[in-house]
Amino acid sequence: MIWSRVANLSSNADNTTSFPRVVPAGDSAILIELGSEIDPTVNDQVYSLASDIENTNINGVTELVPTYRSLLVNYDPMAIGFNEMHDVMNQIVENHSNRESTDFEPVVIELPVVYGGEDGPDIENVAGYAGISAAEVIEIHSSTDYRVYMIGFAPGFPYLGGLDERIATPRLKTPRVLVPAGSVGIAESQTGVYPNASPGGWQLIGRTATKLFDVNSPKPSKITPGSRVRFVPVDSYE
Amino acid sequence: MSDTSIRIVQPGPLTLVQDAGRSGFQRLGVSVSGAADMDSLLIGNRLVGNSSNAAALEAMLGGLSLEFTAESVFALTGADTQARLDGVLLGTNVSYVAHGGSILELGMATDGLRSYVSIAGGIEAQETLGSRSTHVASEVGGVEGRALKQDDVLAIGAASDTAVSGVTHVKPPVSNHSELEVRVILGPQDVLFSDSGISTFLESQYTITDQSNRQGLRLDGPVVESKSGSYDIISDAVVNGSVQIPGDGKPIVLLADRQTTGGYAKIATVASVDLPLLGQATPGTKLSFKAISVAEAQSLYAEKRELIANSPLEEVIVSEQFAVNDSQYQIGVAQNGSAKLVTLDGIAYPVSFEEITPAN
Repeated sequence: MIWSRVANLSSNADNTTSFPRVVPAGDSAILIELGSEIDPTVNDQVYSLASDIENTNINGVTELVPTYRSLLVNYDPMAIGFNEMHDVMNQIVENHSNRESTDFEPVVIELPVVYGGEDGPDIENVAGYAGISAAEVIEIHSSTDYRVYMIGFAPGFPYLGGLDERIATPRLKTPRVLVPAGSVGIAESQTGVYPNASPGGWQLIGRTATKLFDVNSPKPSKITPGSRVRFVPVDSYE
Repeated sequence: MSDTSIRIVQPGPLTLVQDAGRSGFQRLGVSVSGAADMDSLLIGNRLVGNSSNAAALEAMLGGLSLEFTAESVFALTGADTQARLDGVLLGTNVSYVAHGGSILELGMATDGLRSYVSIAGGIEAQETLGSRSTHVASEVGGVEGRALKQDDVLAIGAASDTAVSGVTHVKPPVSNHSELEVRVILGPQDVLFSDSGISTFLESQYTITDQSNRQGLRLDGPVVESKSGSYDIISDAVVNGSVQIPGDGKPIVLLADRQTTGGYAKIATVASVDLPLLGQATPGTKLSFKAISVAEAQSLYAEKRELIANSPLEEVIVSEQFAVNDSQYQIGVAQNGSAKLVTLDGIAYPVSFEEITPAN
């Protein structure tokens, strides 16, 4: 009977929709979900949980991927089986949630940005959508320290949260085939920077000359998950 | 530094340098990539005495031809292309010796999508973030992060002492390529799908569309119903084999070149043991999914890894031995039945036979 089979194999077997959820992501990874929305507190927990796991030094854990509200723990199934991993993760999650708060001190990375013109061809779209001037868009965009919720999409691409709702703008209807490296964009209430030239659908409001990703550096990404980014308006790339 | 190299004579439709992948930087958005059929990479490396993560050439649909600049031990694994060395037909999963100036030509892939050329010493393309794997979308690895072109010259590392010709490896079982069943582990976000949606997913046959590549397979078939009608989640990390259900309700299976994160709910994850099958599956293949437990998936994976890494390598069955001048010749057939070889002073060479009518 298909139903009993599904019920037994489903991570929904205990019908849990509360968080944290510790569930398999295949036979070589476990996903720990700490919430279902974009929330700074949840994101803090993701990073402090990642530190806890790193500090526990579990044999067989190969790579952690922290994101907005979940943490993926990759492991080598030849070194540690699922049941043991599941137990260890549950234990760490349990101890972690008992901890008071994170003592996490984020690094602030300043990025000089030339706003508007050829570097930010969509700034008038954003201004028009918001019903304000381009100068006000720049003023608002550069007056916040943005949280790096996660890095994804492309090497070094930061998903930044905390954009002022006044300048939140939908993505372009038709994505650009080529977005220049360093372009600063807005998509709904997120902002971000394209480290390398790539296709993309975000509204481009400016560009930074700072190299964000260098594969030949021992620390390839200038922006790291969990840090903060501040945009500083400049007139030129001097 | 070894002065052995290969020169690309014809790159074929898409030939890439791939090793076991670029892990450790997914949190920085760096895709893992690596061989789409990891079994074939591992077998090829073993046949030529390389470490398991040495880089090889991955040729999609065959079509590759290359020239060896110096004597090299090599092996072909993955899809059979009726490849020839200086015109002589070769088998797959056998190690051979090529001389300096020898030309290796792959034909069309017949029983899969991707063929691997492993060379003793490994391809020594630029190592980036711990791997030589090419990820074309982010222009990383291999040769300038791109597919190989005519006249690219790739250095080959120093071969190990265990690089010998004339050994064969059992070919892993290949399922019928027009209809493929892969095993999955439900989750991590199967909770977002209705019972009927999960049932549709597990009981339907899907077709691999031509909108498929190393990044993932786009499937066509019945729509998988979610509980809320929405398929979007707050973006989170994905793995090799993640089965996402996007807004149109039709599954996408992510493969080696996947981006590190995604915003669609993941109903299931393909068991590692079956991922190489997907790396070989051509558009048009009918695909179905069978749910198994994590424990079962891990035990199947361990069993296959053991077979690939430790099963005894077979040698050529010698049927005839004779001497011409001062050289010892042996004629034989490889035990996996796919290769005809002549060994001369311990080195195996591929041979072809033709029937002749003796003059009377």
